[in-house]
Amino acid sequence: MPPITEHVVLRDNDVPNIADLDVYIKHEGYEALRIAVTEKTPADVINVVKEAGLRGRGGAGFPTGVKWGFLPKDVYPRYLCCNADESEPGTFNNHQIIDRNPHQLIEGVALAAYAIECQTAFIYIRGEFAAGALRLEKAIADATARGYLGKNAFGTGVNINIVVSRGAGAYICGEETALMESLEGKMGQPRLKPPFPAIAGLYSKPTIVNNVETLANVPRIVLKGAEWYRKNGTEKSPGTKVFSVSGHVRKPGNYEVQFGTTMRELIYDYAGGMREDRKVKIIVPGGASAAWLTEASIDVAMDYESLAAAGTMLGSGGVIILDETVSAVELAYKMDEFFKHESCGKCTPCREGTHYLVKTLHRLNHGGAQKNDIAKLHDIYNQMAGNCFCLLGESAVVPIRTALKLFPHEFEEALAKSSARHAIPLTLAH
Amino acid sequence: MSLRQQHGAEIDAILARYPQKKSAILALLYVAQDTYGRLTDESIREVATIIDVPPTHVFEVVGFYTLLYDENVGKVVLQVCDDVPCAFCGAEQLVSTLESKLGIQCDQTTPDGMFTLQRVKCLADCNRAPLLQANLDYYRNLDTTEKVDDLLTQLRERIAKNDRISISGRLAEI
Repeated sequence: MPPITEHVVLRDNDVPNIADLDVYIKHEGYEALRIAVTEKTPADVINVVKEAGLRGRGGAGFPTGVKWGFLPKDVYPRYLCCNADESEPGTFNNHQIIDRNPHQLIEGVALAAYAIECQTAFIYIRGEFAAGALRLEKAIADATARGYLGKNAFGTGVNINIVVSRGAGAYICGEETALMESLEGKMGQPRLKPPFPAIAGLYSKPTIVNNVETLANVPRIVLKGAEWYRKNGTEKSPGTKVFSVSGHVRKPGNYEVQFGTTMRELIYDYAGGMREDRKVKIIVPGGASAAWLTEASIDVAMDYESLAAAGTMLGSGGVIILDETVSAVELAYKMDEFFKHESCGKCTPCREGTHYLVKTLHRLNHGGAQKNDIAKLHDIYNQMAGNCFCLLGESAVVPIRTALKLFPHEFEEALAKSSARHAIPLTLAH
Repeated sequence: MSLRQQHGAEIDAILARYPQKKSAILALLYVAQDTYGRLTDESIREVATIIDVPPTHVFEVVGFYTLLYDENVGKVVLQVCDDVPCAFCGAEQLVSTLESKLGIQCDQTTPDGMFTLQRVKCLADCNRAPLLQANLDYYRNLDTTEKVDDLLTQLRERIAKNDRISISGRLAEI
């Protein structure tokens, strides 16, 4: 795919200091919101987002405009939660949007709030983004002082109140129902669905949860229209996507490209190729929850459909590229250590399954392995798959299953080596 | 002095943000742990009174979230990301350097009470590995011993001047 001619989301690349309100305004900032609240109905805003084909960037890729249309008629108040709990390993595009283009996110939140007729929108931001939270609060205060937000947005009587709320260290709070539990002042454990958030979400009221990058797209769509937006991307995955590229590439960073750009282009044309010209060994295309690919799949197109066809997913857009110095057994251990650490403890398959995966993988990596350990790994993830309460546990299955499938010989080698060594005790935090 | 006596205006502003008082729990716990250096049992009960819930509820929440500290921590909490991809981009080296410079292991606090060292999961800044947060301010690309030395010197100076010391990140650098 050809490079984009202008950024849609990471406009900080084209406009220096766009985080400053005056600079943002000079570059069409808050124009979309002004036009929406003064000239358009909420239904008009939903329609243009539908026509643009904007899909949720949090992982599921569900059409955003369609989601907004799910709210039951005449039930108020309604809530909007912007999910800024970005914690998926290898993913850091929301972080850059919040730090460098905060007003575009705020304007997107305001537009979504107007579209769904919500008066109080929350930005639930992970506790670690302490500076980001302060930056967003300042941006909201600045925009409110100009009369763009607050009780009487643009003098129209429309009320748009945006509240920034910090989490306190829990990956699971990025799961939409756990996010709402956390916002209600409880432990962040997921809820049973149904009821879905659109029917009974935050404070049991109709609620829409959207990701940061999703909402940051909205101001440009409303201002420039669906046709403009669809100039980038593919028919089914329209627009641009910000991929966070990390690991053993020369220039790790966030790259906004058209959907449909290939993995090869992302690695070699954008991220500068591999450090020390080493070979690509493992590609994690969409955060820790996405099945791994190898160099054989390097020409896969980066859109929802093509990655699904390749047996994996676009997920969060966190692309981790690892070279041949990395052991698949160690990578599987580190990834399942992450899921074990972040398991909320609510359901048994996830809480116990991740615990035993980590214990077994630790033995294989560090000594004291038992001869049935590989069979045991298959056994553990098979007991977890399809049985966990939420996607966290299901995601924990992915790294170990994919590692065993792609690199079985490495597990055999690790077993032989480890059986000959004494066990190192594993201290499991939390 | 009670939390309310010391931070009445901030507490009222926090409560005013939410339709229900209970939602203010995390923000109030941040205020409490900055005030007392950690979440003492007494401070947890104070937060329970402010938002009108049973103390057991607040104790439960404190146990759930990793940024809430109910044990003693240093003036500055150093949190090194050791997740994927950092683990393969120098995080282990950074942990060892810090352990030897500070003379402690992870999950310990220096005897002078200055630093607590922890390993944490993804901090969403993977392009600038290896990295850490010190009281939730980011310090990136810490790939040499000299950079670690400079960082510790800088943090010691800030502690000495009591310059923006907040384990909860309420005074983070923007």
